[in-house]
Amino acid sequence: MLKIKDLQKKFKIDNGADNHILNGLNLTIENGEFVTILGNNGAGKSTLFNLISGTILPNDGYIILDEKDITFMPEHKRSKFIGRVYQSPMMGTAPHLTVAENLALAYGRQNRKNLNWALTRQLKDIFREKLSEAEMGLEDKLNSKIMDLSGGQCQVVALIMCTIKPPELILLDEHTAALDPKTAEDVMAFTERIIEKDHLTALMITHHLEDAIRYGNRLIMMDRGVVAHDFIGAEKNDLTSEKLRTLYHLKES
Amino acid sequence: MSLVIGSLQLGLIYSLIAMGIYISFKVLNIPDLTAEGSFTFGMAVMAVCVTGGHPILGIFLSLLAGAAAGLVTALLHTKLRIPAILSGILTMTGLYTINLMVMGGSSNLTLLGVTTIYDMVGGGLPFSFTIAKILISLIVAVVMIAVLVIFFKTNCGLCIRAIGDNETMARSSSMSVDLYKTLGLMVSNALIGLCGGLIACDQGYADMTSGAGMLVIGLAAVIIGEAFIRRRTIFAGLMSCVLGSIIYRLILAVAVSTRIFPAYAMKLLSAIIVAIALAIPAYKYYRENYQLKKRDKHA
Repeated sequence: MLKIKDLQKKFKIDNGADNHILNGLNLTIENGEFVTILGNNGAGKSTLFNLISGTILPNDGYIILDEKDITFMPEHKRSKFIGRVYQSPMMGTAPHLTVAENLALAYGRQNRKNLNWALTRQLKDIFREKLSEAEMGLEDKLNSKIMDLSGGQCQVVALIMCTIKPPELILLDEHTAALDPKTAEDVMAFTERIIEKDHLTALMITHHLEDAIRYGNRLIMMDRGVVAHDFIGAEKNDLTSEKLRTLYHLKES
Repeated sequence: MSLVIGSLQLGLIYSLIAMGIYISFKVLNIPDLTAEGSFTFGMAVMAVCVTGGHPILGIFLSLLAGAAAGLVTALLHTKLRIPAILSGILTMTGLYTINLMVMGGSSNLTLLGVTTIYDMVGGGLPFSFTIAKILISLIVAVVMIAVLVIFFKTNCGLCIRAIGDNETMARSSSMSVDLYKTLGLMVSNALIGLCGGLIACDQGYADMTSGAGMLVIGLAAVIIGEAFIRRRTIFAGLMSCVLGSIIYRLILAVAVSTRIFPAYAMKLLSAIIVAIALAIPAYKYYRENYQLKKRDKHA
């Protein structure tokens, strides 16, 4: 369970004034929930992700994941159990290393044995099996460099890297926004399959209203640093993109 | 012939500094300027050990000395957040005093008449001394390549490679970036320290000014090697360091032996060779653009 209490973050802008990005955000997410997050630019979605993954630290409030207070835990420690897929396909993978090497690095995240071989035959077999689940022909590309893959394949590798050791929480930061419509659909479908199979708890930022409605079992809409709307279960099923669009409009006026 | 043999032997020893620079510049992607300091540090430590009658200990201590220099740079860079280039310059400058201290305040220490590692092993081999020296240098280079190739196949080595490639990914894959950067810089400078030590044994003296220009020499070897070996695995990279280092020595030897250039022109020649080698990508870019433009005119 992820529990965010009264989270605040402000940045200093040039004239010395404070720019409040998050204004006491409260959010509780149960295990196994797949939450899509909407909100216009500047609503604080990315800041929220950065705070959860530990790239930046909050000014106030706390973040608790499965009874652990992770508010001030260093980034490399919490990434043991929090996975993150970025918008840019190049962000989540090391481009000059091979697919297998990237997966090996991710596989070792919870318990890295520094002096063991990074790649063994058993590991490669595990990786091949995981890659074949994506049905994108990646199982034959174990020894190709990431830079030789397409953007969609990259994102699939990044996704598998995050989930190869099931994390307690996975953050998807517009991870299909840089892909063409067909690939984006494939990657989304694969994302849903993985999340369902391993019963992962997931947060997904998207600007795609249809995706936000179609995937996941809860939808929240952020505005000016707080959760403005929260739709769970049946409420979410009744949503249409027109309704969501009106909500965006209401905020603008 | 003596020209080739001389270049071969020097090239093999200097390949260590090329490997060190390859690890910091290419693998870790950190422009580490500690090299000139750690080279002399290794040299000074080796000289003191050898004159004290411990040539074997000298090898380990010069490795350790280099690693210590790398550790200082790495701590300045990772913990105090000083840009890598400046951290290297700071360590290098500070090491000047340390090196003088190690050599007991004198800027020059002769190793003539004392037993170096070359005398020790070379005396027991059934070859002429020149061949024996080449053999010893070759063994050192091969051992180092083997150790490094194995090291970069472990999880630890793979993490170092990943950090040089994409730091964001490294952090989000739960790697302690600071730790692995530190390890990488220590390995890199350990090699450079050993190189300094072996050079001291080879030339028969340790000198405070020997470190000057070492960075450019190492970089030259790396770049020349890359021009010949296209594959980009760690093994290929290290092999290209050795090859590049030998070729570089040959070029220099030929340039000096033509007597067009005086011996003191070495540093200028090195700088020019590196500048030319670094400009090759730009040259290719201009040539390609030029051809594209020409095609436009004809059309």
